[in-house]
Amino acid sequence: MAARGVDSAVVLGLVAAGGAVGASARYAVGAALPGLWGTLAANVSGSLLLGFLLYEALRTDRLGDRTRTLLATGVLSSYTTYSTFAVETALAAPVVGAAYLLGSYGLGIGAALVGRDVAARVDPRPDREVEV
Amino acid sequence: MSPLTALGAVPDPALVAAGGAGGAVGRYLVGSAVDRGGSFPLGTLTVNVVGSFLLGLLTFLPVGGDVSLFVGTGACGAFTTFSSFSVATVQLWDGGERGRAVAFVAANTLLAGGAVALAAVLAGAS
Repeated sequence: MAARGVDSAVVLGLVAAGGAVGASARYAVGAALPGLWGTLAANVSGSLLLGFLLYEALRTDRLGDRTRTLLATGVLSSYTTYSTFAVETALAAPVVGAAYLLGSYGLGIGAALVGRDVAARVDPRPDREVEV
Repeated sequence: MSPLTALGAVPDPALVAAGGAGGAVGRYLVGSAVDRGGSFPLGTLTVNVVGSFLLGLLTFLPVGGDVSLFVGTGACGAFTTFSSFSVATVQLWDGGERGRAVAFVAANTLLAGGAVALAAVLAGAS
């Protein structure tokens, strides 16, 4: 039980450290690209990187559990945000909000698909086809 | 005035980083509590809806400045996630769960949008 407690503390520490880095990176992107564009840029680039990372992790054994927790659950999930996206959509003029919603979904999901395909090219072994 | 006025001495990026650490841990804990091996990403949906409600309250009340950076940009921003939303949608679709993929996108949109609207009503915005 003590070892499990230490393991949990390590996981929480990795998530917290990753969260600090991811939120800071999003803040920096928002400072460079004010308004809706900053959130869009973070959400799309984060979806690309997370798609690559998670599919790469599924295909190969190169990524350990702790690295995945730090980078996926910590950094990349915190780098992107749904709450800011939802509030910005609600506050925008209707036409802008609709375009922002559809654009974020199209580009974000498309970016995750690109990340998945890049992971497949990095490791093209057919026996590594991902079972999901 | 507010006890959080003391945060004024803390640089903005540090507020965002500290909030982000807390938000990410909150997302991990809520996500692991809610996701118990189901094939629907209920954890991601839950944090996105709850986080959108909280950020809505913060926005419409409105709370500004340092609290907004710490709780809004940092904690609510990191508590919710768009990248997991995108990737979970792709994984559901790839797995042949196309109806669930569409339902997941619709549920995030409608419930998070509804949560923001509810926050606006509760905060007295109109």
